[in-house]
Amino acid sequence: MVGERAQPEVIEKIRKELGSDKDIFSQYAGYVKLLLTGEMGRSYYTNRKVLDDILMKFPNTIKLAFGAMFIAVPIGLFLGFLAAYKRDTSADRIISSLSILGLSLPVFWSGLLIMLFLSFKLKLFPPSGTGDIRFLILPALTLSLPAIATLVRVTRTSVIEIADMPFINTAQAKGLSVFRINSVHILRNVLIPLVTVIGLDFASYLNGAVLTETIFGWDGIGRFTMDGIMKRDYPVIMGCIIIGTVVFVLLNLLVDILYHYLDPRVRLYASDR
Amino acid sequence: MPLTGKIAGALIIAISILALFSPILTSHEPEKIDLDGIKQPPGLEHPFGTDNKGRDIFSRVLYGGRISISIAIIAALISMSIGMLIGLCAGYFGGTVDTLVMAIVDLILAFPSLLLAIGVSIIFPPGIYTVMLAIAFVGWASFARLVRSQTLTLKDAAYIEAARAIGCSRARILFVHLMPQCLPIGLVMAGIKLGGYVLTEASLSFLGLGAQPPMPTWGSMISMNRAYIASEPWMVLFPGLAIAVTSLCFNMLGDGLRDKYGLKI
Repeated sequence: MVGERAQPEVIEKIRKELGSDKDIFSQYAGYVKLLLTGEMGRSYYTNRKVLDDILMKFPNTIKLAFGAMFIAVPIGLFLGFLAAYKRDTSADRIISSLSILGLSLPVFWSGLLIMLFLSFKLKLFPPSGTGDIRFLILPALTLSLPAIATLVRVTRTSVIEIADMPFINTAQAKGLSVFRINSVHILRNVLIPLVTVIGLDFASYLNGAVLTETIFGWDGIGRFTMDGIMKRDYPVIMGCIIIGTVVFVLLNLLVDILYHYLDPRVRLYASDR
Repeated sequence: MPLTGKIAGALIIAISILALFSPILTSHEPEKIDLDGIKQPPGLEHPFGTDNKGRDIFSRVLYGGRISISIAIIAALISMSIGMLIGLCAGYFGGTVDTLVMAIVDLILAFPSLLLAIGVSIIFPPGIYTVMLAIAFVGWASFARLVRSQTLTLKDAAYIEAARAIGCSRARILFVHLMPQCLPIGLVMAGIKLGGYVLTEASLSFLGLGAQPPMPTWGSMISMNRAYIASEPWMVLFPGLAIAVTSLCFNMLGDGLRDKYGLKI
């Protein structure tokens, strides 16, 4: 913060200003007190309020997460259904192997490759920056790859599980069309595991976003966290991790509540029998 | 195990041998800077090209493999040991211990894992031990949960009751009679988790929180060379390929193990 050749008095003064001359417990108590008043302190470097910056950048991350979901959900569901429907054929094997591949790619690498091909070679999209939909597509595509992979796996397993149930046999015996069986009878029942996965994925976009946003220069929470880590800007790092965790836990809660509406057998309250 | 799992296992052995014998297999020092030969494309002299300081990427990838693979395996072993110990105790003692342990486990599993690992690793000075610690800090919870449920089904078995009847101590029942029964499932779980740990290690070192330069790691190579993606793509291509292939093999092996032992995780 002050450079390598700073005077000892200056260092001492700044330490006093930041409160880092006190012992670790009173520092922690001070931070908790700050949190309770709805504050997160100021960045060491820009001296801006961390909470203000987070609130400003958060919509960008949400935009990115929705963009990724918009790509991942239809593709993941379609491929998952296809793999389940063509179970144990070569199509199934190809889709399943691709989904393992999708889970194994590091996003910071696949993102760079996507940037290399779609932006530098084909010149379709700008390589980095924050802005309209053209800037959004590449990072969203990168984030969606592991999400598609998870969705395919979960969809495939649950569709196969449901398709073996007696009520599907009944539906077939009644002479319902394949489309109706899939879209009404099966889809309704695989929704529960899918909502879990989509909800958790949405939360993990905020995770993956640390890497993706950094690569594509997308001005969201993820890049803010990364900048904080690089500069050892502790108020920023703490603030981002707290916000990220709170959002993650809230989404988990939301998914649990949604269960009840998707499957009335799941009770919301212990007394709700 | 399905064929893909076996192939993946064989590939992992091959990759480990490559990493283990990297001093014999490479003709260049991984940390040697050669300013006369910077940014050379892949060729006979440098199979994967050189980076912006003229370092041979092939040998850096091989040496990096040593760090990445050993961190993933050691972190998995630490997670497994801690998770098994805690899971055994929680399952066997039940009551308050169980409630408390499971609350902590749920808490850790509720956190976004990469964010938590980042949080742990910024507390300590960056390095390979910090990475292992960060991964294990997040990783033990799923082992504990699995081993606990295994212990719960085992602890009422006749042979445990017999052991108690002849006066075995608690420690003996836990570590001699119960632990060997939980070890296989723990190892399977470790196999399933390894692919993810390779990725976490790579992500942490990409963020600069892993092994520090001049030590080459796959993540930090991508991070340092990413500015050259448009002009010299091989600098980023090969380290990333190493991560992807290693993690893919571990994941396929994990899938094979999962199918074979009918685990639902």
